[in-house]
Amino acid sequence: MRIELEKRGRVSTLFSIVSPLLALVLTLVFGALMFWMLGKAPLGALYSFFVEPLLDVWSIHELAVKAGPLILIAVGLSICYRSNNWNIGAEGQFTIGAITGSILPVLYPAWHSPVILPLMLLLGIAGGALYAGIPALLKARFNTNEILTSLMLVYVAQLFLDWLVRGPWKDPQGHNFPQTTSFQPEAVLPPLLDSGRAHWGFVFAIIAAVALWFMMRFMLKGFEVSVLGQSERAGRFAGFSARRMIWFSLLVSGGLAGLAGISEVSGSIGHLQPSISPGYGFTAIIVAFLGRLNPLGIIASGLVLALTYLGGEAAQLSIGISDKASRVFQGLLLFFVLSCDTLIHYRIRLVLGSANSPAAKSAVSPSNQTAEVTR
Amino acid sequence: MFEAILLTVITASTPLVIAALGELVTERAGVLNLGVEGMMIMGAVAAFAAAKMTGSPYIGLLGGIAGGALFSLLFGFLTLTLVANQVATGLALTILGLGLSGQLGEPFAGQPGLPLPDIVIPGLSQIPFFGKVLFSQDLTFYLSIALVVGVNWFLFKSRTGLKVRAIGDNHASAHALGISVIRTRYLAVIFGGACAGLAGAQLSLVYTPQWVENMSAGRGWIALALVVFASWRPWRVLAGGYLFGAVTIGQLHAQAFGIAVPSQLLSALPYIATIVVLIIISHNRRTTLINTPASLGKPFVPDR
Repeated sequence: MRIELEKRGRVSTLFSIVSPLLALVLTLVFGALMFWMLGKAPLGALYSFFVEPLLDVWSIHELAVKAGPLILIAVGLSICYRSNNWNIGAEGQFTIGAITGSILPVLYPAWHSPVILPLMLLLGIAGGALYAGIPALLKARFNTNEILTSLMLVYVAQLFLDWLVRGPWKDPQGHNFPQTTSFQPEAVLPPLLDSGRAHWGFVFAIIAAVALWFMMRFMLKGFEVSVLGQSERAGRFAGFSARRMIWFSLLVSGGLAGLAGISEVSGSIGHLQPSISPGYGFTAIIVAFLGRLNPLGIIASGLVLALTYLGGEAAQLSIGISDKASRVFQGLLLFFVLSCDTLIHYRIRLVLGSANSPAAKSAVSPSNQTAEVTR
Repeated sequence: MFEAILLTVITASTPLVIAALGELVTERAGVLNLGVEGMMIMGAVAAFAAAKMTGSPYIGLLGGIAGGALFSLLFGFLTLTLVANQVATGLALTILGLGLSGQLGEPFAGQPGLPLPDIVIPGLSQIPFFGKVLFSQDLTFYLSIALVVGVNWFLFKSRTGLKVRAIGDNHASAHALGISVIRTRYLAVIFGGACAGLAGAQLSLVYTPQWVENMSAGRGWIALALVVFASWRPWRVLAGGYLFGAVTIGQLHAQAFGIAVPSQLLSALPYIATIVVLIIISHNRRTTLINTPASLGKPFVPDR
């Protein structure tokens, strides 16, 4: 038995919508299977993983706290991936954004002025963008693979943060804990409502998603992103520059990751410490793909992935499943998203036996062509 | 002293060399598998579990190979059968591998491991200096050297190796010549997975004989960079692997000596070195283009 693919004449609209949902269902089925193998009641476990966290106001706030950075980072990444620039170092840009954004409250803890917060946010954006500028420069100038350089810079950024909070930026009154002083009230991103922790980071995320959706849908720049991503050659004929697109996509995604970093530190943590992210920069890659690289889709998928974080914490408490289960869920989800996406461009046929299939005949025909996968 | 340092350099370099060789074969067949880190960590946990349950580190080694190979099949199915995007699928493999290995390895965390014993080759190991360094090592070291020689012979001297390179350079022409592109690529992906698994097994059975979550610590990614560094040639993988191993060990010793540099800066050195090396290797666009397998990362669907 074999699986054969047949290219569809046109992209299937039906499967464009169904495919992410199908992936979600498959992930739930496999997740239930996993819980069953761990000796837990599958349905009860799924309930406490995915439903219970949505039942009280406090956790809805937590959902927004976690979805904010995921959406902010993922919409930036979607511009990168659509233009065929593979920034996978968002975790590092997030970290550097958090650091540069914290310069003011750490160095001037006595500065009480309303301008400090906007300045911090701008510095965070600048830091993240500059840090993403390194792989951009290396790719544009030296043709260096941005996947590897952006990833290596994640480790460098994390070690830099570690050095800062254990060394020069350590709180002198902090009982030798590796963290900076707590930010002054003016430097804290205010909560949206009094009922919980959700802060303005979530609003930034929605604004960024809508703005980038508008750009992709209605502006020439968005068209440029798609054209260059699908065919650099075609883009050249239209007068677009792939080199400028490297800069544009990486600076935008780095800046948004930096904004996510400083929002997280200022809005939810309140100081710098060695670990400021439960892997948001990597999970955002899954968010971007689950949202089909569409900024509005990413808002929805960001909420779904935020739920896996919350569910992981909840399930750990209520049924004693390790918090690693949420990483497994996230990984499975990305796998199913990618495989279900095949349905959008291809019809899948199961072929029984292989001796006289058309494929065997075409092996001798000279007119072979490779299929073009367009995303 | 020098001898001791050299021994640790070898232990640090071996997993890089093995994993990079596997990826080299995969990429020579035109498939870009970014999941090396994920396959490596799955190999590490599988090896530790297999060794622990059977009491034999050698069965552990086999377990690691099997773990990496099986995990790579997942990548193969998605990218070769379902023609999913290779970059994204490789990332998925790494994310899933890191999560799954943490889940599977939980009962083994903190347990004492079963180190792979050294095999002392009689006679040769008596040679002063070289005997100790080269001929009283564990099996993975000998395997890494054998793999360099073997992969080099396979790719450049054997008929099948020629087919693998042909597929990597132009899958449409190879297909027209009647070479089974998809089957060969599956085998190349599985070989890459097996090597990454073996490299992972080395980590949990030799390098630090225990199971620690995320113990691969980016080595899979460094192995990927090594393939570019080596411009897809096995002997250069060996040289590059030892260069990176030396940087890693060098910074550890520098930390031990208490050199007045922050330890975090020294820990960042292997990653910074990777970036610098990538710049040096790829700045000449033309030579990169000549060396890179032309079909690398491009999906293939046989014409019907």
